[in-house]
Amino acid sequence: MTILMPAADEAVLQRRESIVSALRQIVPGEGVISSAAEMLPYESDGFTAYRQPPMVVVLPETTEQVSQVLRYCHDNGIKVVPRGSGTSLSGGSMPLADAVLLGLGKFKRIREIDFDNRVVVTEPGVTNLAISQAVAHAGFYYAPDPSSQIACSIGGNIAENSGGVHCLKYGMTTNNVLGCEIVLINGEILRIGGKAPECAGYDLMGIITGSEGLLGVVTEVTVRILQKPETARALMIGFAEVEQAGECVARVISAGIIPGGMEMMDKPAIHAAEAFVHAGYPLDVEALLIVELDGPSVEVDDLIKRVETIAQGCGSTTCQISTSEQERVLFWAGRKAAFPAVGRISPDYLCMDGTIPRGKLPLVLTRMQEMSVKYGLRCANVFHAGDGNLHPLILYDANQPGEMERAEAFGADILRLCVEVGGVLTGEHGVGIEKRDLMPEMFSEIDLAQQQRLKCAFDTQGLLNPGKVFPTLHRCAELGRVHVHGGKLAFPELPRF
Amino acid sequence: MEILKVRDAADVEQVVRAAVANEQPLEIVGHGSKRQVGLPMATNAVLDLSALNAVTAYEPDELIVTVGAGAPLADVLSMIDAKNQHFAFEPMNPAGLLGAGHDAGTVGGMLATGLAGPRRIKDGGARDHLLGAHAVSGFGDSFKTGGRVVKNVTGYDLCKLLAGSWGTLAVMTEVTLKVMPRPECQRTLVLRGLDDVTAGRAMTAALGSPYDVSGAAHLPLSALRTPDGALADLGAAQTAVTLLRLEGITVSATQRATSLAKALATFGSAEVLTDDMSAAVWQSIRDVTPLAATTALGAWPVWRIVCPPASGGAFGQQLAHDTGGEVIYDWGGGLIWAALPPAADAHAALLRQRAGAIGGHATLIRGSEAVRQSIDVFHPQSSGVAALSRRVKHSFDPKNILNRGRMVREATT
Ligand SMILES: Cc1cc2nc3c(=O)[nH]c(=O)nc-3n(C[C@H](O)[C@H](O)[C@H](O)COP(=O)(O)OP(=O)(O)OC[C@H]3O[C@@H](n4cnc5c(N)ncnc54)[C@H](O)[C@@H]3O)c2cc1C
Repeated sequence: MTILMPAADEAVLQRRESIVSALRQIVPGEGVISSAAEMLPYESDGFTAYRQPPMVVVLPETTEQVSQVLRYCHDNGIKVVPRGSGTSLSGGSMPLADAVLLGLGKFKRIREIDFDNRVVVTEPGVTNLAISQAVAHAGFYYAPDPSSQIACSIGGNIAENSGGVHCLKYGMTTNNVLGCEIVLINGEILRIGGKAPECAGYDLMGIITGSEGLLGVVTEVTVRILQKPETARALMIGFAEVEQAGECVARVISAGIIPGGMEMMDKPAIHAAEAFVHAGYPLDVEALLIVELDGPSVEVDDLIKRVETIAQGCGSTTCQISTSEQERVLFWAGRKAAFPAVGRISPDYLCMDGTIPRGKLPLVLTRMQEMSVKYGLRCANVFHAGDGNLHPLILYDANQPGEMERAEAFGADILRLCVEVGGVLTGEHGVGIEKRDLMPEMFSEIDLAQQQRLKCAFDTQGLLNPGKVFPTLHRCAELGRVHVHGGKLAFPELPRF
Repeated sequence: MEILKVRDAADVEQVVRAAVANEQPLEIVGHGSKRQVGLPMATNAVLDLSALNAVTAYEPDELIVTVGAGAPLADVLSMIDAKNQHFAFEPMNPAGLLGAGHDAGTVGGMLATGLAGPRRIKDGGARDHLLGAHAVSGFGDSFKTGGRVVKNVTGYDLCKLLAGSWGTLAVMTEVTLKVMPRPECQRTLVLRGLDDVTAGRAMTAALGSPYDVSGAAHLPLSALRTPDGALADLGAAQTAVTLLRLEGITVSATQRATSLAKALATFGSAEVLTDDMSAAVWQSIRDVTPLAATTALGAWPVWRIVCPPASGGAFGQQLAHDTGGEVIYDWGGGLIWAALPPAADAHAALLRQRAGAIGGHATLIRGSEAVRQSIDVFHPQSSGVAALSRRVKHSFDPKNILNRGRMVREATT
């Protein structure tokens, strides 16, 4: 347990009873949960190594209630942690002992489907998959597809700027969202963007997306929907060396082919997945690539051939091409179940999420292998190869003293390595608490100060989701101070015209 | 007027710090090719970024390019073109529309103004392709945001704010953009003689089809009256034209063109334009040549209206009718370029009220200084969003040094 959360405010905890009853005034009935037993399911999110019971859980049903809850908390200096479905892998929705946990689970309605403008207007508690399902009858879908899509909420997707295997071609959440209704911590309700392809003024939607619940509570979302491609087929390609698989990925991209998805698994991941779902993965290869091409069948057939030729040129040892939808789904089954599959072979695992330049893959895999030896922990890799997003899964046993700390140190080393080779700490899971203390690896004090100033523009008291994303909390007044260096300063000596 | 031609990011920091100390607002320019857009600014100090023009790295295999913000856009485009790559958002060249220098414009200026072209409906805008930036805030501090990889959610996505902020938040010094492979082939279907509303329906049907349309535009006949180049050939038949673009590998683009033509048969039979002709036509649409400064409409103010695409046809048709103006449609109706006859407010009041009513917004892109002095060039926002935007500006530039008053009029005290 190496990540520390801000100390709970005793004065707030003392007032717990009056806070609970004030919240009940706003959200009547079962919308306020305060008994320890009933709050149990809210103790953690998908980052299960860390747990903390909240002070109280509130589940409002209307924007007006959200607004009143936030205004009350704002006026009374009470922290708030927003929560969607609680699948965050970085601890973004982990409760705080002295904070209200504000769940959006009751915002379950799709408000409008507008096929002419190709948008869906929905409440934030609706799951990612439910949006695609609601428009499937007309051949549409919502493109970003996190593996957690049956459970995760669209509000959570906005907050995390989530991705999925199809991001390479269709973009992340941020590229597929047009507008939202957001409630600021002072209770103010704002509409940002809408059905128009661009919003006016500053791109506030762009900054809200990926803000990890620190800027406001999203109560409605407008997303773009796309027509489903006519067909999709996949290749499953095995390589005797990881380097060859990496080379294949690079060559596909430089040939100008942007596949719908391009995923890689290393040997431990292949074995775990195969044992779990029996997808027919080759067990004697070091790396497996799944490349999906989608579009009209003439295009897909053509590109499949091109990719196959490229793979052979890179020394592939096996190559299967899906001939039916059933087979395509089977190819994916192992990849999509990779996390639970690894969960079966190890009591616990940590899922990392760095991104690296594609070309650095062989180097990074070799270095991770060395770290695995150094820390004495196994590591299985699944990898959104097309866009360089790594998911090393570090296997450990929390019941063995010291193993969790070792796993965390191993993970931190991997992320430092990602930054060192020109990549970033997180590609899609968010910073949350998990990578919070590593932020200085990537950003200077000045970089972080600018981000925190932006936070101040939304939340001056720092009441929304504190302790997440930023390693050090600064007061807004301190961040906003302009240092005027030595009174009047002349413009530097520069070429003038 | 004092023009400060900076050599590197450290110079920018120094200039901004001095400007803060002296409470001297700065106008930020690359080549100044879009200087006439926005509210006129009251400043006599110009920070000129054109010398920050180095290409730091171009890595075609990683699909990224890193350049100084002052790098000439035309040079960068030809550099990536040589590797068969492009910026998928198809940045427009507003020179003809504004009547400014021909190939001027820097990468930083392109990002700061965020004027994306026809492919925006499919591949997004400038904001979707800016992966990382180094910039100097109004605190005089150089900061970085984003990175050099496509997939990145580390910290707030400040790139989104910088794109389209018209230089009011921070001075970008170096930027990393995503590049994409250029499609192998393109086909454009031409439907003739549709009125704006019917054309809107045809574009809606096309964009709602599985054929992956990458451009959907409509030019009423009147907009083809004084066309040049590619549009002249199209206009020769004396009909309005509705254009739908399909791109990709050759077998695919041609087959989709056939399928789409069939699906749209109720709107008439479609002609097909192939590669060069198709490319030339879309370049004209991207750069809005029917409303160019050299045409008979050259003296008219030009608006850029962004609205829900399916509402575009009716909106534009009514607007043209009521004002006697000229409109052309891109983005399947989601982008309307309107040249309106001169009026004291350039019809701002009417436009804002109507655009607002359908969930759209309007920006004056070409207008005389007198008009820009007197109206809001950028669409006014709800009071809550406007207040939040002011706080955002303040968080980057508390002394309001950078492009003061370009987007939002200063409250007169
Ligand atoms: C098995 C598994 C697989 C996964 N696969 C992927 C994947 O492929 N790609 C990927 O990107 N992620 C993946 N994730 C991570 C996770 O599912 C996503 O981050 C998801 O978007 C979180 O959604 P949620 O509704 O569960 O949000 P929560 O976990 O409840 O919250 C996440 C963050 O969003 C904030 N938040 C939630 N709702 C709102 C709101 N309405 N307004 C403001 N802030 C809000 C919270 O405060 C928190 O910071 C996976 C997780 C699991 C468990």
